[in-house]
Order: sequence, then C-alpha cells, then structure tokens
Amino acid sequence: MDCALAPRSLSVRARRARGSLQLDVHFSAKPGITILFGPSGAGKSTLLDCIAGLVDPDAGEIIAGPHVLFCSERKISRAPQQRRLGYLLQSVALFPHLTVKRNVEYGISHFLKAPREKAVREIFEMFRVEKLASRKPSELSGGEAQRVALARALVTNPDALLLDEPLSGLDAGLKNSIIDDLRAWNARHQIPILYVTHSREEVDALGEGVIALENGKVVATGSPREVLDAPRNRQLAQAIGFENILEGTVLQLRSSDGAMRVQLGASACEIEVPLSHASPGDRLNVAVRAGDILLATAKPVQLSAGNVLEGNLEHLDQRGSMVIARVNCGATFIVHITPRAVRSLALAPGQKVWLVLKTHSCHLVEHQ
Amino acid sequence: MTELLLSFRLAFLVTAVLLVCATPLAYWLAFSKWRAKFLVEAVVALPLVLPPTVLGFYLLVAMGPRGPVGKLWLILYGHTLAFTFAGLVVASVLYSLPFCVQPLVASFEKVDPKLLAASRILGADEDRTFFRVILPLSLPGVITAIVLTFAHTLGEFGVVLMVGGNLPGATRTVSISIYDHVQSIEYAAANQLALTLLAISFVLLAIVYGLNRRAGVRWIAH
Repeated sequence: MDCALAPRSLSVRARRARGSLQLDVHFSAKPGITILFGPSGAGKSTLLDCIAGLVDPDAGEIIAGPHVLFCSERKISRAPQQRRLGYLLQSVALFPHLTVKRNVEYGISHFLKAPREKAVREIFEMFRVEKLASRKPSELSGGEAQRVALARALVTNPDALLLDEPLSGLDAGLKNSIIDDLRAWNARHQIPILYVTHSREEVDALGEGVIALENGKVVATGSPREVLDAPRNRQLAQAIGFENILEGTVLQLRSSDGAMRVQLGASACEIEVPLSHASPGDRLNVAVRAGDILLATAKPVQLSAGNVLEGNLEHLDQRGSMVIARVNCGATFIVHITPRAVRSLALAPGQKVWLVLKTHSCHLVEHQ
Repeated sequence: MTELLLSFRLAFLVTAVLLVCATPLAYWLAFSKWRAKFLVEAVVALPLVLPPTVLGFYLLVAMGPRGPVGKLWLILYGHTLAFTFAGLVVASVLYSLPFCVQPLVASFEKVDPKLLAASRILGADEDRTFFRVILPLSLPGVITAIVLTFAHTLGEFGVVLMVGGNLPGATRTVSISIYDHVQSIEYAAANQLALTLLAISFVLLAIVYGLNRRAGVRWIAH
C-alpha cells in the first residue's frame, strides 16, 4: 500500500428530501480535518450516511479521491462495502464477539498474513492500543474503544474518514490525545476527515475549517472564528450560544465610522453595530454573547465601547459558578457575571445598572 | 427400540434440512423491506395454529397418487411419498418450520444495525457480514432453533399419523408406538418408551439451555 498518493479530496453535492429534513448541500473537503457543525436535526448524520452509502441522496454526486461513489446523472451508486471509506459512529460499533485484534483485522482479512500483521502492528502503535489486542470490546474504556474503532477504520487505508460525534462522551484531555494521534496518522496519509459535531467547544478546540449546516443547508464556511463569531443566521446563532438575539431596525448608516445605529424592537433602545450592506428601515437581528457584556453600577465614562445602555436589573439567577442577570434597557439583555461581581457591586434586583457593549460584539444575523 | 431410533433419525434429518432452508428464509424475513412480507410471515406461522390433522390431511392429499407431489414422486421413484419415511421428513420439515424460523428471525433482528453498517463500511459484503457478524451474534437463537425443531419433531404425532400411517421401521415413530401400546393396553411397554423419551428430551434441553446461557453471557463478561 503506497500512502504517498496524490492528496485525496472529498467532493459532495447532495440533495435529499425526507420528512422535515430537506438536505441540499454542496462542498468539498481537502485532506485534513473539516468540521461539519450544526445543531441536532441539521442533517449532519444524514449527510454522512449519504457519503458512506447507507442511504442514497435523491440527486447529486459524491467523489472521494479518484472514485465516483455516487452520481445520480450517471446512475452510479456504489455499495457501502465498495466505497473505501472509514466511518465512525458515536456508538463505536466494535464487534462484541471479536477481540480488539480481530476487530482491527476485520477490514483487511483479505490481506496475506504477513502484510496484515504488519498493518495491524503499525496502526496499533499509532493509536497506542497494542496492549488491548486480546481484549473484548466489553473490557475497554470509552477512550480505548474509540482508539480501537479509529484503528479499525484507518487500517483499511480509506479514501476519506467520516466521524459522527465520535468523541462526544470523552473528557477534554482524552479527546485531545486521540485527536493528536489522528492528526499524526493523517500527516502521513493525507485524507479528508469530516468531523461532525454540535459542540462549539469542539469546533474551537479543533481549530480547522468549518462547514456550518442548518436545516440541511450549508449556511457558513470558513475558520472557526469566522463561522462562530459572525453567524449569519438566527438558528445558527442560537446553536452556537448567543444568549441575546434581538430584533432591530436600521436607523442610520455611519460609513465613515464603519458602524450603523439600530433601534431594538419597538423600544427607545438604540445601539451601534458594525456596518453592513443595509439601508435605513431594514430589519435585522443583532446577536450578542451574554459573556461579552459588561455590567456597571455607575455610568461608565471615557470608554472605547460604542454602547453604554442604562437599564434596570430585573433578575439574578445563580447557576453554579455563574450568575445570569436579566437587564431591561427597553430591550431585555441576558448578561453573565461572576458571583464575586454580584457581591462586590452589591447587586440586587430593581437596581439601576449600565451595560457596556463593544460595537464589534454586536453581530448581525439575517432577519427571517 | 427401532421406533426410538426412527424418531431420532427423523428429528436429526428434519433439523439439518431446516437449518439449511430456514436460515436464508429467516434472514430474508429479518431484513427484507418488502411490504407484503407479513403474508410470508403468516404462512410460516400457520403450523403453529393449525391442528396437525389439517396440515396432515393436505399433505396426505398432495403426496398421494393424485396429488402433484405424489405424482412426481411416482414418476421418479415408482411409489408415492405418502406412508414413507421420506414423506415423513417432508411433512415434518413443514410442520416444524416456524419452530426453526422464528427464533432465528428474532435473534437476527436483535443484532445492532450499527454493527451491520460497520461491517459493510469495512468492506464486507452481505454474505461475509452474515457469517462473521450476524451468525456468531445470533448463536443463542440458532441453538434455540435447533432444540425446538429437534424436540418438536421428536414429539410430533398428528401429522405423522396422517401422512406416515403406522408402518414399523418406516413410519412408526416413538409417539405413535406409545399410542399403539396404550391402545393394546400394554402399559409397561408404553411407560418404558415414554420414560426413555422423557429422559432424553430433558437431557437434551438441559444441555442446550446450559450452552445457551454460556453463549449468551460470553460477549458481555467473558
């Protein structure tokens, strides 16, 4: 098996309508990890099933490396066993009646004994599972099972690897060490890896190209910062944790400042947001993270921030090490503060407070 | 003793034939997405609810000199299938079919579909997936199917009487022999056969349940 082939890529164009899910995507993934991000029900798993051949798209074309796996125009649909892919599910699906070694050998049992033993030895080393060789899957921890499942998928030298929230049950340290081993393996083999997740922490931690999926459509692509920090869609913003999503109307453009003023709802509350292609009177949503808002008990002066809003502290709710404050400034904002801040500022409901929002912490989300 | 041997020969043969024929049928019933599958399921289950005499009657007619199977047999072998050992095997296979198919279907269906998907994505076709994943994981179901088929064939009476009659050495099975002895008020002989059958059946079942328990637990603990 020669690994130094031309870089393999994965190109997917797929349309599939079933029930409430209207999948319609078009993207390609280069060698390396590409994150498929979206809330549950966005169609991520269906998309992976389409690529793996467990279900067929209604129309489209799927090409992995040199092979056309599916093409509706040419009526090509390879069976899953002929697609040369690796696919890891959340439940690792190791064969419970086979030892770790037998599991890993499963996909290469047609190899001669010597190359088979060699391939298994190498992949065992790569994913540090040599010691588990004679164990049964029921005797493995969660992390060990994931390592074995990765080894089993990758020993076949697939054209692409699909991971469906594979590490969601593991703690961060374990997760990182597995991802590191996966990256090390892929440094040599250079295959596209589609990594499905609905957790923004994972997106941040992996730090690779992101494809954001929403209601079966690709709504954003780019780096994690680009996709997560500038959501262009309300549901996506909710999915990635913007606690404040407020409807607003554009009042005035200030091109020279790179900003525009937006009136929130029907209130008198006005804020400054980054300039975008809009004209006065346009409706849009403004998304602000609860953790990006400062709270003060006296009016702050001499600040770089574009927005200082006066409001009434309506409610405080302690959740573990975080306090959720609800502040009414005409529009209602959720603000995350620390219990220490509550004590030192002697915060109590009914109090007058000021909120500070940087212009660039206010993200514009398209209005629906 | 000939009756006992005959019964065992019949049970072994029927079990062997059914394992070969019922396995693909069970696989199909477990995994086919055909809409009218339930009709086949109903047909397979019929022997469970029909009185043996009804099934036996139709089999007798079919195997007799004017029945389609009987005619064919007459041309091929010079005698009809009714009242022969071969006829008994055919009748018993049909009569015991659900006892073999149903445990197999149930255990095939219980195999996690994710394992089947994993197998195929790892390059295994349906045959390989069946022999390497489905069958080993269905071992308890296979054992149950074997036992039920064997025991059910060993103990059957109505169909055998209808199709086979009562020919010593050819179609007189243990259960018919016991009935005969009772009819002739030979209680001691009847008791001897009945007790032997009882003991053998118990030992068989005990062995199988013992095996089954170990097979069922093997993947969970070790």
